[in-house]
Amino acid sequence: MSDSTPRSAPPPVISERWKDTLFENVTRFFALLVFSILAAILVSLVIGSGLSLQKHGIGFVWSSDWDPVQEQFGALVPIYGTLVSSLIAMAIGIPVSFGIALFLTELAPNWLKRPLGTAIELLAAIPSIIYGMWGLFVLAPLFQSHVQPLLIATLGNVPVVGALFEGPPLGIGMLTSGLILSIMVIPFITAVMRDVFEIVPPMLKESAYGLGATTWEVVFRVVLPYTKAGVVGGIMLGLGRALGETMAVTFVIGNAHRLSASLMAPGNSIASALANEFTEAVGDLYFAALYELGLILFVITTIVLGLAKLLLMNLTRKEGTRT
Amino acid sequence: MKAFNVLRAIGLAAALASGSAGAVDITGAGATFPYPIYAKWADAYKKSTGVGMNYQSIGSGGGIKQITSKTVDFGASDMPMKPEDLEKNGLIQFPAIMGGVVPVYNLKGVGSGEITLTGPLLADIYLGKVKKWNDPAIAGINKGVKLPDQAISVVARSDGSGTTFIFVNYLSKVSAEWKSSVGEGTSVKWPAGLGGKGNEGVAAYVGRIDGAIGYVEYAYAKQNKLSVAKMVNRDGGAVLPDDTTFKAAAAGADWAKAPGMYLILTDQAGKQSWPMTGASFILMHKVQAKAENAKEVLRFFEWSYKNGDKMASELDYVPMPDPVVKLVEASWKNLRDAAGKPVY
Repeated sequence: MSDSTPRSAPPPVISERWKDTLFENVTRFFALLVFSILAAILVSLVIGSGLSLQKHGIGFVWSSDWDPVQEQFGALVPIYGTLVSSLIAMAIGIPVSFGIALFLTELAPNWLKRPLGTAIELLAAIPSIIYGMWGLFVLAPLFQSHVQPLLIATLGNVPVVGALFEGPPLGIGMLTSGLILSIMVIPFITAVMRDVFEIVPPMLKESAYGLGATTWEVVFRVVLPYTKAGVVGGIMLGLGRALGETMAVTFVIGNAHRLSASLMAPGNSIASALANEFTEAVGDLYFAALYELGLILFVITTIVLGLAKLLLMNLTRKEGTRT
Repeated sequence: MKAFNVLRAIGLAAALASGSAGAVDITGAGATFPYPIYAKWADAYKKSTGVGMNYQSIGSGGGIKQITSKTVDFGASDMPMKPEDLEKNGLIQFPAIMGGVVPVYNLKGVGSGEITLTGPLLADIYLGKVKKWNDPAIAGINKGVKLPDQAISVVARSDGSGTTFIFVNYLSKVSAEWKSSVGEGTSVKWPAGLGGKGNEGVAAYVGRIDGAIGYVEYAYAKQNKLSVAKMVNRDGGAVLPDDTTFKAAAAGADWAKAPGMYLILTDQAGKQSWPMTGASFILMHKVQAKAENAKEVLRFFEWSYKNGDKMASELDYVPMPDPVVKLVEASWKNLRDAAGKPVY
């Protein structure tokens, strides 16, 4: 940079051109690689599940039978478990993440912002198996001895809702796995929310404050409308993680192929069924059924992502009309 | 030592990459239950002979797949293959090590070995028919034990496993209802309860849930200090699970008369026999394209049968009795190389 020797004349432009072309093609290759990998995964899932698709047809999706001995398979229980545990995770995770992100960007004193933000990010770095072990050995016993008896004694007696909180307190089951999942998705949702909250122009917020708005009003009238696309994106990122989470759920969901209305009862999710049964699956149909479960998870995730994109497009379109 | 291990890993990778042609190291894959003892044997064998054995504990199902597709020198399975399946795939099998599956429970105020169960009763509990600990069926054979009025939480293995196979094979033998409504396999449709992943998962659930019953490999019951139940065996003896009762079950077994060594050691005769004993099997191809590797595999197991008993007992496995070992070694004569010459 600071060398004083005279620079040699720049090389002719032509000789540099090929590098650009090469670079462009290399990057294009990698970008297209993503598509081909995705397609390859989809194709191999379909091929792998061929036998099961043939034998069970569409009925696979709503049959709740899962009997490796009789070779009768159905995906309803794992699908239900995947959706319900993710739903619980979202119901707990979204408000908490929203609160954390708001506190970090709007309310926290400066000296607290950085350590708190780092702590949240560290939560995301913990391997999921640790969450699973922690859930099984620490959270589940606490849940069994304190939280669940309370829920059963109070909410369990309420008509309609009561069915969700019936049964003996085992400590593990749908509710526990939903709770573990919520802890796991909170750092993801929080990180995205915090980042988008931070890009709200200070001028907007300060104008609102200047007009006499309370913090509450600023958050819900200025910050949230400005960032809703990003917020939805963050939520979808968290949902994607919750749907596919394997190890942590496997430890605490109870792994029972039975449909039960109660959230206290053990259930199963697609990912944990795969983790449990893939290694020791004997028989081609059993194997194919597990492949088909994988295919279904793939489809569910695609639908969720597709819906998220639609939602985002809708939001931006509305924004256009309002201004 | 570290550098040595790294070198070994590189060497192994290279050997695998080159189709293991000319490599002395042998490879095996399969059951997870015998993995600790195979690994220990392999380590000791490496030290004494310099030949390494790389065993991937990927599960019995995976072991069978790998050996039929000939990617490994031997496969390992907790569930013996039926003679006709062996014939179909051109395989032989022999037992390498034994262990016991034990029922474990967690009841406040009831210590280990205080509860006695029978096979049909255990089946009824797992069928969800006996729901409480103070059920007359349990109380009837456990006079003098203070059984609480508490629900039984049934815990099973959620993953497919040889442990499950031994357990449900026994239940199928002693309970007609179990046999017709659930059956046997490495994973079954459990009529009741919840599932833990792996022996450690079941042990953790049983250790934590008050009123739980489960089944694990003996070593896990011991390590986790879980209460074990006595079982009434076929000849009416109430036995505790330990080395002597496992060995008694193995001693009564007639391996010589079992075609293809297809023998499941559950519900064996003998007053001292533990009813849920099982062997873990090694699978090899009858015709060996790589005779040199096959020879190394057989040498490894010959060495382990001879020198590995103490290591096995330390890890709470049961070594194969000498007469069975003789029988196994005699069966190795059936292994041929591509030219039809005996390998061993």
